[in-house]
Amino acid sequence: MNETAIKPRIEKVPLREQVLQKLPVLLVPILALLGLAAIGNPASWLTLTVAGLAMGMMIFIMASGLTVVFGLMDVINFGHGAFVTVGAFVGFTVLAWLAGWTASPSVMLNLAAVLIAILAAMGVTGLLGYAFERVIVMPVYGEHLKQILVTMGGLIVAQQMIHVVWGPDELHISRPEAFQGSVVFGEAAIEKYRLVAVAIGLALFLAMRHVLKNTKVGLLVRAGVENGEMVEALGYRIRRLFLIVFMTGSALAGLGGVMWGLYQETITAHMGSEIMVLVFIVVIIGGLGSVEGCFIGALLVGLLANYTAFLAPKVALISTIALMVVILMWRPQGLYPVVKAK
Amino acid sequence: MSDILLSLAGVHTLIGPYHILQGVDLVVPEGGVTVLLGRNGAGKTTTLRTIMGLWSASQGEIRFDDHLITTLDTPDISRRGIAYVPEDMGIFTDLTVAENMALAASSGPIDGKRLSWIKELFPPIGTFWEASAGTLSGGQKQMLSVARAIIEPRRLILIDEPTKGLAPAIINAMTEALRELKQTDTTILLVEQNFAMASAIGDTVAVMDDGRIIHSAPMSELVEDEGLQERLMGLSLEAHQ
Amino acid sequence: MLTRLLSGDTPRSGLLTLLLVAVLISLAFAPFLFPGTKSLETAARICIFIVLVASYDLLLGYSGIVSFAHTMFFGIGAYGTALALSTSGPSYWSLTWGTLAGAFVAAVFALAIGLFSLRVKAIFFAMVTLAVASAFAVFVSQMSWLTGGEDGLNYKIPRELTPAFKLVNDKVFGVRINGKLLAYYLVFFASLTLFLVMLRIVNSPFGRTLKAVRDNAFRAEAIGYKVVWYRTTATVLSAVMAALAGSLLAIWLRYTGPATTLSMEIMIDILLMVVIGGMGTLYGAVLGATLFILAQTYLQNLMGVAAEATSAVPLVSTLVAPERWLLWLGVLFILSVYFFPSGIVGRLRAGRA
Repeated sequence: MNETAIKPRIEKVPLREQVLQKLPVLLVPILALLGLAAIGNPASWLTLTVAGLAMGMMIFIMASGLTVVFGLMDVINFGHGAFVTVGAFVGFTVLAWLAGWTASPSVMLNLAAVLIAILAAMGVTGLLGYAFERVIVMPVYGEHLKQILVTMGGLIVAQQMIHVVWGPDELHISRPEAFQGSVVFGEAAIEKYRLVAVAIGLALFLAMRHVLKNTKVGLLVRAGVENGEMVEALGYRIRRLFLIVFMTGSALAGLGGVMWGLYQETITAHMGSEIMVLVFIVVIIGGLGSVEGCFIGALLVGLLANYTAFLAPKVALISTIALMVVILMWRPQGLYPVVKAK
Repeated sequence: MSDILLSLAGVHTLIGPYHILQGVDLVVPEGGVTVLLGRNGAGKTTTLRTIMGLWSASQGEIRFDDHLITTLDTPDISRRGIAYVPEDMGIFTDLTVAENMALAASSGPIDGKRLSWIKELFPPIGTFWEASAGTLSGGQKQMLSVARAIIEPRRLILIDEPTKGLAPAIINAMTEALRELKQTDTTILLVEQNFAMASAIGDTVAVMDDGRIIHSAPMSELVEDEGLQERLMGLSLEAHQ
Repeated sequence: MLTRLLSGDTPRSGLLTLLLVAVLISLAFAPFLFPGTKSLETAARICIFIVLVASYDLLLGYSGIVSFAHTMFFGIGAYGTALALSTSGPSYWSLTWGTLAGAFVAAVFALAIGLFSLRVKAIFFAMVTLAVASAFAVFVSQMSWLTGGEDGLNYKIPRELTPAFKLVNDKVFGVRINGKLLAYYLVFFASLTLFLVMLRIVNSPFGRTLKAVRDNAFRAEAIGYKVVWYRTTATVLSAVMAALAGSLLAIWLRYTGPATTLSMEIMIDILLMVVIGGMGTLYGAVLGATLFILAQTYLQNLMGVAAEATSAVPLVSTLVAPERWLLWLGVLFILSVYFFPSGIVGRLRAGRA
């Protein structure tokens, strides 16, 4: 074996490129600083920033499944919003049953009630995801046009079924005692629930990263995103992997639904489709298929939406669209373009 | 060397509207290296992909070890002991070399003894074990791709043009490695346009043109018979003469 | 003559021809055949939606592009006319410039979105249009000083088009010949013209190239067609047609609001009409829109009866309740995408062969 023939070829990446690679991560603090400059008052800024991060985390939870599913199988589920709504309704129903626990001053009982609600919601939406994948998505693999139409049809049916099961009216619920009220930092009042949402979102992001980086399933997902054929040629059933990812994504959307519902304290059958607008923006900004991009995109959208809601409430949603346009002009495939072999 | 490991009988493959394989009959004996020659577009890659189940045969039969595998899914075909090294190498560039190898060992953890043998065959695998596979050079990626295919004992390895675009020194290294692999119980079906390499390690040879096998013989016969060489070369090796 | 009017694109099926003629005659003589305010409203809605759905099919069926911004263009047209009429008075002049301005703005928007996002995948365009259209709808309802917000705009149209204007004092065949009737015929003939124009477009060399691009964008690009240009042009044309349909609605209703023009519900209705009628054929839009709107108007009554009949069975009665008709349409929609992607028209044409 001729050793000299094989020269190491790990090039030093030039500094400029290194900075450019890191830039998407830096966008979040940059936006936060711009927000501070525009708002002026540090106390309001802090409140808005936490609110923005909380909103971003919840959107991330809902969007992550969608983006991984796309990366892995080139499938975009326009009915993803249905899982958000169903999750919220199931969660609210469970919380209503456990009204005694949520109203109790015991933090443990409060937490237990929320946990049970979340588990129920995730269980139901995970199973719904199974049905959705088998019945709606599976017959139309590889056909984008039909995929969009059929998953949209699935959304219509799911929304109507919510009306059938839960009735036409919106539901209200109060957050459990432990999550009500605010914490005061100096002059800034920060709702406790927002901190909880940030914590859950962050924990989930870290857990997801851990799974993707350090477990075999995670490796398979990452490998599958890049080259699904090769994963099959190595002997793995990518369809089963995809089903698992689809169900997990649906369950996460359900979790996001419960969290969003507790945030708003009101839910409607249309909440899913409304949030999907933000979810799509986030997924596009991040780069279709990228979990990191989705996370950063979600934080950017959350922060921007809250800052503009304070500064110029009428253009809040338009501003997120503008953000999307700006990012796509800079990087047409999103912040973290996903490498696809083909 | 006489038992038949893989056989294709009258295999047709359509890709969209294009009729690529038009009745391929191919026999791969157990042990040794079978080389598939042919000019670009003759259907060599399609043959490998059809065997692997990545494209499905519309007609004909593929038998592996006396079992019909024509309609099996790719993962099942793989699990019967067939590994595939595609033309584009199929490296997961987002993963490290170690992770690429870990995924390739699909039936369990990597066997340490086998891994050190592979690292001897392909030293860069050891050197860049923790590096991201995307940062490897073309030759190193090719080595990783072959290394992945042999991390677990396989009955048959399908290799698609392992020397394409590589420097001569690396081609030599690759040839050596395949020669050593031959010493194990592994059968190799090799698509190759580099006749020097093909003749150096090939035992039998099949020549493809227009989606059919037009000639198959022991390699020694082809190497000796200049007339035959010229006739087939004209057809199959015009790119590499 | 007739074939030329149809740009050589005849229905090619006896039953289909029969149905189309029936729709045409019913719409042409609607005020006389089906007297009454409700049926005239329904007929006008059908005319307008035929144009709207056909213009959407220009994208979905002929170009293979899924857009969720079609109601946005529809709304831009409607608001253009509405704003012109409410700001500069009920004259034909303001009606004209409002309509043209609406169509122009829609074209500019479509051009921007098309150039921006049609380079990438179909899925990308679908997501971008969904986001943009939703944001636009929210934006319009928040600009209440201009658009009237959620309440929308009420305005006057030229007097000759209102019921107050009497053309003939006596009834003709029992029908009052007033401005409302004129307005209906304005809607009817405008819709018919727009439909024939679109039929011309899809049967022109441009339309055929569009289909080639849809079937194999890669190949079309290789042959030398600028795929992005064709797709963007189709998007712009479709947007202008939608805007004109919006203007017709604005004139007919004398009211423009988010619920009648911009809402996601209408977008979904359009999708259902195109798919059920048949993608890739403008006649599908005629049947899809007609059946859908008839069902929307009259089937719900039928379902009400069914719900009452089954009121003893709890779940069934909820499922057949009139408000749940969209549920069944959704199911029908999914089934048609799977099994009859060419819709009713495709079925009828296949049945003939």
